[in-house]
Amino acid sequence: MTESSRIIIGASHAGGQLAVCLRQHGWQGRIIVIGSEPYLPYNRPPLSKTFLSGEKHVEDLLIRPEDQYEKIGVEFILGQEVSEIDRKSKTVSLSHGEKLTYDKLAITTGARVRKLDLPGSELRGVLYLRDINDVEQIRHFIGPGKKAVIVGGGYIGLETAAMLRKLDLDVTILESADRILNRVTAPDLSAFYTRVHGEEGVQIEAGVQITGFVGDDRVTEVALADGRSFKADLVIIGIGVIPNTELAAASGLEVNNGINVDECCLTSDADIAAAGDCTSFYHPLYQRQLRLESVQNAMDQAKVAAASLCDKAIQYNALPWFWSDQYDLKLQIAGLSENFDEVVLRGNPGEGRKFAAFYYRESKVIAVDAVNSPQEFMLGKQIISKGLEVDRNKLGDPEVAMKEVIASAK
Amino acid sequence: MPVVTYISADGAINEVEVSSGTSVMQGAVDNMIDGIVAECGGSCSCATCHCYVDEGWQEKVPAASEMEKDMLECVLEPRDNSRLSCQITVTDELDGLVVKLPDSQF
Repeated sequence: MTESSRIIIGASHAGGQLAVCLRQHGWQGRIIVIGSEPYLPYNRPPLSKTFLSGEKHVEDLLIRPEDQYEKIGVEFILGQEVSEIDRKSKTVSLSHGEKLTYDKLAITTGARVRKLDLPGSELRGVLYLRDINDVEQIRHFIGPGKKAVIVGGGYIGLETAAMLRKLDLDVTILESADRILNRVTAPDLSAFYTRVHGEEGVQIEAGVQITGFVGDDRVTEVALADGRSFKADLVIIGIGVIPNTELAAASGLEVNNGINVDECCLTSDADIAAAGDCTSFYHPLYQRQLRLESVQNAMDQAKVAAASLCDKAIQYNALPWFWSDQYDLKLQIAGLSENFDEVVLRGNPGEGRKFAAFYYRESKVIAVDAVNSPQEFMLGKQIISKGLEVDRNKLGDPEVAMKEVIASAK
Repeated sequence: MPVVTYISADGAINEVEVSSGTSVMQGAVDNMIDGIVAECGGSCSCATCHCYVDEGWQEKVPAASEMEKDMLECVLEPRDNSRLSCQITVTDELDGLVVKLPDSQF
């Protein structure tokens, strides 16, 4: 007679948090977390920042140390892939054949990098940045004066560029859209980051298409469609991620750009929850289906999912937020700016390194991008989540304190 | 190894060993102490590791940066002894540090 187990597929940020929350909600049976990487749940943000630079080591990345999981009886099966979820028999099969039975299941499989399939993509030195193993490989190619070409002007690309520049590499960013951060910010932010990276000595080429990578065994050049090429000792590609939904889809769960979950993070099967980068859900504040790639979403959904699996339904409606560190710039983002119709700038992105952009849609602030402006971020969160109608002139005037801006709300 | 005492809002007292070089926040997270959330993992970006540094220790902990001070003004119940615990690194000199945790980080 096997003891009832709650199984979590994915030893990720969300998976680790979910395991701890199950115990906090009173589940006393077995908790088994299965992960394909050989590591306990770890923080990914430092991978493109202090871990890349060597300032932090693997032990520093772990979200919780091993002995803490042992204390609360959370078991880990690491370095193993799950090959199948059989919802009828409520079993999970590992690739080597072992079958585990679950009472309730959580899927926190995260996302994998989108790959570039071009001639030369397999050359040594053409790398991605998503996990510890990736960064350990990247480190082999780093050195002062080396040439790094970053493909993709999103947050991963920009953070990596900033860190490699600090390590004294020659850095070039290649972006296919007409500006960096095209998908996620207004043109003011793209222009700001382009200026600052330029001031730090990073070359940015927007609106370019790559045709391939050149080299014998190791990459030596990146070739563009316009005939130009860039010398490269190292290429790091950061062009987005794809949610790991295959296991869920194969088991018959509803999947659409992520594993579909309801407001309690339950899938189309009441005994199965999902959380983090792999999910797709309806957000009541933005009134649309979302898939978010952030630590906040992973943590908050994990908490809701754990509660749901313990029959304590709470709804997920946390305000999305995000941060990015590059050079001396701390960018804090609250809300989602997609479909904005107006931007109110507070401070000047054309000079200096401190300002905030408030995004409006139909007269309501829906998001804020705050650069070295923590109060604009913290109080901006209140404005967004409470739907406060603040005085726009005060909002756009850095001489007026944010607390006064909030007070001006009707 | 230095010992840090965390006093939760409900009065629960947790005395834990925290190695030098580890932040007060990490000491709380590593020991599953409720009351510190630390969403951003220690990068001074979320203000959910807010704590109140006990009298007698305020002068001994390193001063807060401008960024931290700005964040602290916006936490739920800021007080003069408020700090973001991810910005306080434990050292041998801080052996015996006492911090109180707020009712809520949100």
